[in-house]
Amino acid sequence: MGLSPDRITVWLERDVLRIPVGDSLVGRIFDGKGEALDGLPSNFAPLSLPVNGAPINPIRRSSPDIYVETGISALDMMNTLVRGQKLPIFSGAGLPANELAVQIVEGANIPGSADPFLVVFAAMGITRREAQYFMEAFRKSGALSTGVFFLNLASDSVVERLLTPRLALTAAEYFAFNRGYNVLVVMTDMLAYCDALREVSAAREEVPGRRGYPGYMYSDLAELYERAGCVAGLPGSVTQIPIITMPDDDMTHPVVDLSGYITEGQITLDRSIQEKGIYPPIDVLPCLSRLMNKGIGKGKTFPQHRAMADQLYACYARAREVERMRLIVGDDGLTSLERTYLTFGGMFEKNFLAQGKEGRTLAASEKIAWKCLSVLPASELFKLPESYVAENMGREGGRS
Amino acid sequence: MRKTGVISGISGPVVTVKPRQPVYMFEVTRVGSSGLLGEVIRIQKGSVYVQVYEDTSGLAYGDEVVFEDDLLSVELGPGLLGGVFDGIGRPLRTLGEEGIFLPRGANLPTIGSETVYPYLPALSPGDEVNPGDVMGRVRENANFTASVMFPPGEAPGRVAWRADEGEYSPREAVIRLEDGREFSMVQRWRVRIPRPVSTRLPLEVPLLTGQRILDTLFPIPLGGAAVLPGGFGTGKTVTQQSLAKWCSADVIIYVGCGERGNEMTEVLEEFPELVDPGTGGPLMNRTVLVANTSNMPVAAREASIYLGMTLGEFYRDMGYNVAIMADSTSRWAEALREIGGRLEEMPGEEGYPAYLGSRLAQYYERAGRSRSLGSPGRIGSITVVNAVSPAGGDFSEPVTQASLRMSGAFWALDKGLAQQRHFPAINWRQSYTLYDEMLTPWFREALGEEWFSLKAFMKEVLEKEQSLLDLVQLVGRDGLSEGDKWTLFLAELYRVLFLQQNAFSATDASFPLPRQRDLLLVLKELNDLAEAFLARGGFFEQISEFPLRAELLRLRESEEEDLAGRGAEWCTNLSEKLASLEVMAG
Ligand SMILES: Nc1ncnc2c1ncn2[C@@H]1O[C@H](COP(=O)(O)OP(=O)(O)OP(=O)(O)O)[C@@H](O)[C@H]1O
Ligand SMILES: [Mg+2]
Repeated sequence: MGLSPDRITVWLERDVLRIPVGDSLVGRIFDGKGEALDGLPSNFAPLSLPVNGAPINPIRRSSPDIYVETGISALDMMNTLVRGQKLPIFSGAGLPANELAVQIVEGANIPGSADPFLVVFAAMGITRREAQYFMEAFRKSGALSTGVFFLNLASDSVVERLLTPRLALTAAEYFAFNRGYNVLVVMTDMLAYCDALREVSAAREEVPGRRGYPGYMYSDLAELYERAGCVAGLPGSVTQIPIITMPDDDMTHPVVDLSGYITEGQITLDRSIQEKGIYPPIDVLPCLSRLMNKGIGKGKTFPQHRAMADQLYACYARAREVERMRLIVGDDGLTSLERTYLTFGGMFEKNFLAQGKEGRTLAASEKIAWKCLSVLPASELFKLPESYVAENMGREGGRS
Repeated sequence: MRKTGVISGISGPVVTVKPRQPVYMFEVTRVGSSGLLGEVIRIQKGSVYVQVYEDTSGLAYGDEVVFEDDLLSVELGPGLLGGVFDGIGRPLRTLGEEGIFLPRGANLPTIGSETVYPYLPALSPGDEVNPGDVMGRVRENANFTASVMFPPGEAPGRVAWRADEGEYSPREAVIRLEDGREFSMVQRWRVRIPRPVSTRLPLEVPLLTGQRILDTLFPIPLGGAAVLPGGFGTGKTVTQQSLAKWCSADVIIYVGCGERGNEMTEVLEEFPELVDPGTGGPLMNRTVLVANTSNMPVAAREASIYLGMTLGEFYRDMGYNVAIMADSTSRWAEALREIGGRLEEMPGEEGYPAYLGSRLAQYYERAGRSRSLGSPGRIGSITVVNAVSPAGGDFSEPVTQASLRMSGAFWALDKGLAQQRHFPAINWRQSYTLYDEMLTPWFREALGEEWFSLKAFMKEVLEKEQSLLDLVQLVGRDGLSEGDKWTLFLAELYRVLFLQQNAFSATDASFPLPRQRDLLLVLKELNDLAEAFLARGGFFEQISEFPLRAELLRLRESEEEDLAGRGAEWCTNLSEKLASLEVMAG
């Protein structure tokens, strides 16, 4: 599919493109240039905003610090999502990123607040089948009638693909900062978005950078991702869950790499964990939520939350290391403590990670975490306060 | 005469102009009807290329451009400390009064005129005044007194009148010379040009960071330069923020160069609440924040590090020790690349312009320790700590390599360590400092000869651990000798207790140098006890059954001053327990 000169004209005009915003957007489905796809009348609203937006003045931001419960243990306990964060899912071809995103959207709630998130969905270059999956899921959860949807499918215009997230984020900013909603933006697939950027850049005969992507891709992606956040003194927020397919499961691919450099952490899906039959197949080791510390702890979740996450990380990292070593030296070469770590690793994967589609409260996740940790001797749990260990394992500890 | 031209082309942040009069390189321009600030970056065949410091959408072919016959400059004076500025020095606080989002084409002075500052003159009528001379002192905030200096580059003169002690607004004249020239507390400086000094001085005092691994293994001097490269999420920003909070400099310039908005907000929320150990005042009172985030205009990102450096030099000239943290050099280099690409320059390695290395060198050259111009004599320094964000986390890329050549310390962040949550994820095998030797006299003076043997011992243990781990891969842990098992265990203690440091723990975020020595001492004594025990026929298992890790952690976390004393006590205690084991066995 080539670019015709008139399409390039559309691109040059994007800078002045505006989208009408108002309550009339709610429950509507649009294409990548903002035209109605749902057979309803076109979108009219008194206020229209430039889709490129403008940078939020850092002085006006407030640090995201409100815990969002997703119902997923690997997130809530170890990589907490915080209201106003940009937290992408790094996925691989065939891994269930869409299912996980839907599960997050369905589960996401701010404890103590009755208002659900307003969902804004931007589909970029995904297949019709994937789009249908999302729309069906949104219909079931009721999000369809309360959210705003922008669909640019794989067969649609690449130039419009560059507009799609901008339309979505402009709508999101409107609902967040003009209307006070907590908005959850799902953007998928950022890889397709960047491929469109590359295609347009090549057509403009620009100097290509790494793997042919334009040198300004970092800035371009930042223009999108930085539109997440909270503003001091205003009630609303924009939280982003972008989905990025890693070509060849390669985390150093420029699209993945640059995204990682801009977003505030990542949730990484892993093929070998998927092969163990674990859903969601999250590899927690490369996962990170940079804003977690601000949203958890005393008065927010539970006092030992950070220590618990650290302890689970330390133990699971050790278990994985022992597993690697076992492949070389065999079971006999392992000490008894090392074998205990293997047991822990297995339990952690089967009980804590593998939760299926069922949502869990944080308290339930904590209980399961303890079930896994208590196979280890108490002396190994040195990241946790002793009183907390004693309370949950008894004075004796698990093993001895 | 007003020099003008018209726009003949636009490509992102680069605008092509047909000038009507001669213009020069790096001349400042005002572009279009909203007067967007720009700078000439190339002159070719009757066309001039201007990089514009703002979003260029809305500019049109034929729009008017004005050339201002000046180079990009910044105002220096009271009101900088505690302030937040974009890459070209516009005050973001003032801009923030106009709305959530940054407006385009705002034209605001760096230093506002609303505040008055207490001023004390240092000269009297009849005194001669030369560049760099201190004309007076101004109380910039409750914890900081700044010098008002006669601007470098001005011709000397004789004082005819000077303001009395009192409160003055920054732009009010505080001195008049016999030739009629008047000076206020504010001066301008061209950001791309280093401010002159009298003499450069050797580096001999460390910048103490409160970070165990840095102060002990990879120290840098006041006036030195360190690079901090690492893939995403490895801890560049957290480390730089820790340094900004706890390091022993008098003034911190924190440059957010193409990074996240929320990280700037974090500094703005935290620093006013934290106490500066040096002054007892809020940390924000010694800090200037330059915030040109990733979504702000890319040309202003390019300028931001020069702005930060110039601010730093201003305080250095007053005789202060300044530390500049720039996060991240890679985003600056990418701005250079993006603009180079728009000029259709011949790209060098990985698309970066061929002059990447020389530009970086010019920047790093501005670090150092020096005697300032003018009197009274003052010695100041600029220490640079720059983060680098290599594509794919691969340190062989051009920006990391060029930075490495320019700086004296390399603090390599390691993805593997970060994934294991070993923080700070500074790889102790890959990192280095070239400053060790010049700092030796200072450390010897401060901590005694023992310091060096304690350090050497830790390094030795960590070295041994590496080769033992290779062995374990072959035979398993059970196949090791008792001594080797102990060494592995001890190495882990060094890693967990000493190398790891939690930036978010109130008791661990900053760890003073003497305590670092005390902690090393405890670990060394522990080793001596254990080795003796094993030599007498004891088993490693017997030692490892003691909750050593937990007890040592508690010892480290304890807020009590006397770590050395309590450590010695703990060791005595342990040695008794070990002895009783032997009695039982015997
Ligand atoms: N010293 C530390 N103590 C505790 N946690 C740390 C420390 N250093 C880093 N971390 C953890 O690592 C995370 C990532 O650190 P940071 O944001 O500094 O990475 P970065 O290298 O700046 O990444 P990017 O290049 O994407 O900006 C932090 O959010 C924090 O959870
Ligand atoms: Mg960072």
